[in-house]
Amino acid sequence: MTDSAQQAALKKTPLHAVHVALGARMVPFGGWDMPVEYSGITAEHMAVRTAAGLFDVSHMGEVEIAGQGALEAVQHITSNDASKLQVGQIQYSALTTPDGTFVDDLLVYRFGPSHYLLVINAGNIDKDVAWITARAREAVPDVAVVNSSDRYGLIAIQGPRAQDILQTLTAIDLSAIKYYWFAHGEVAGVRATVSRTGYTGEDGFEVMVPSAMTTRVWDALLAAGKPMGLVPAGLGARDTLRLEASMRLYGNDMDETSTVIEADLGWIVGWKKDAFLGRDVLHAQKAAGVKKTMVGFEMVDRAIARHGHAVFHDGQQVGVVTSGTQTPYLKKAIGMAYVPPALTAPGTALEIDIRGRRAKAVVVPMPFYKREKKA
Amino acid sequence: MSYPTDLKYTKEHEWIRLEGDTGTVGITDFAQQQLGDVVYVELPDVGATLTAGQVFGTIESVKAVSELFAPVSGEVVEVNTSLKDRPEDVNGKPHETWMVKVKLSSPGEAGGLMDAAAYEALLAK
Repeated sequence: MTDSAQQAALKKTPLHAVHVALGARMVPFGGWDMPVEYSGITAEHMAVRTAAGLFDVSHMGEVEIAGQGALEAVQHITSNDASKLQVGQIQYSALTTPDGTFVDDLLVYRFGPSHYLLVINAGNIDKDVAWITARAREAVPDVAVVNSSDRYGLIAIQGPRAQDILQTLTAIDLSAIKYYWFAHGEVAGVRATVSRTGYTGEDGFEVMVPSAMTTRVWDALLAAGKPMGLVPAGLGARDTLRLEASMRLYGNDMDETSTVIEADLGWIVGWKKDAFLGRDVLHAQKAAGVKKTMVGFEMVDRAIARHGHAVFHDGQQVGVVTSGTQTPYLKKAIGMAYVPPALTAPGTALEIDIRGRRAKAVVVPMPFYKREKKA
Repeated sequence: MSYPTDLKYTKEHEWIRLEGDTGTVGITDFAQQQLGDVVYVELPDVGATLTAGQVFGTIESVKAVSELFAPVSGEVVEVNTSLKDRPEDVNGKPHETWMVKVKLSSPGEAGGLMDAAAYEALLAK
């Protein structure tokens, strides 16, 4: 395929022209033409840690499951216990295979008593919709599954000033929205669902609006936030921010070859659930242990580990790096890797093969970065 | 931006300043823009032998790793050690921030390099 044909095949979010006008560098990501950076990854990353950043995450997919049996369907296909959700609440979860591995990771919103909205990864939309439709019907044959991905634009505003900025444009009392809860209302005069969620390790919100209204909300937020230090931020900063906060990235850190336990995400397993896809494997792994588990590390030598680099201990290859970068805020090279459980204690010495050179690294506790909570 | 006329350029976006039989090598403004924030530059030791067109080091930005290609053949006589602590200089002053100085072994090779006008024409394509 030629460059221009590839370009044409890429999907565009409702904000695509806005990014181009802002001078963003655009790159293909999960089949989408997305902004990787505007002013630079470091500047955008620091803005989110110290003021606020605005992200277009409209490429994320949305799938709604509604009607009688909706809860049973969600419970069957996801690892976490969705019965704990109240209307207005959100949980992080996994879409699991019968082997307990990840079809995807996702957020589950309880929109109504029998209405759930799943937010899934952009690159997985087609795969997930087919999977969810087939698997949900195993549990509830006539359950309604609707791919709403094209109906919504999604904007994330993240950082210590996010609430102050967003509050200028909405009558929703944002201070009343707890972490992983949402409210419906208007933002900049546009019908919106506002959740206190994000992928940066910072306080912030995600604002779901009708596709056609996304540009209006984006422009209003950027204008309102500029005096408070808000900058547009791209996928580059999104990646360094999420990694500092030790948040997993599907396709890098876990996929259909890694289980929820191996990814060290046992907290998103509803251990009391009677049945869900992958339940037996996850219970068995919890009881008997796993061969590999996710660990955080920090480079000791001056070098940057990247996805796919081999990990060594005492001269033996013991695992592989899943994510790694130089982080702008901590100013360290950090990463995550799968290693045997015996090597997960903080302080354990590792070596990473970086283009043929062995660089020293050390296991450290995750998250690498944790924001200070307001008193 | 217009590119300094006292430098020669490669299609891999390195620049070289030729003074007698010595060449000072860095990467161009275009290259640093493509890379984004530079966080690490890995360079050869003094005494290493470079071959024109071959990889002599790597440069990492937050988002990517790129290789550095030698514009000319020769021996490394000096390495810019300040890049260890200030790799971001490559972004700030790309045409002043050099990486290695090379004693040319085949000065004739320099004839194949682009001048500023030819390099700008390459970028305009």
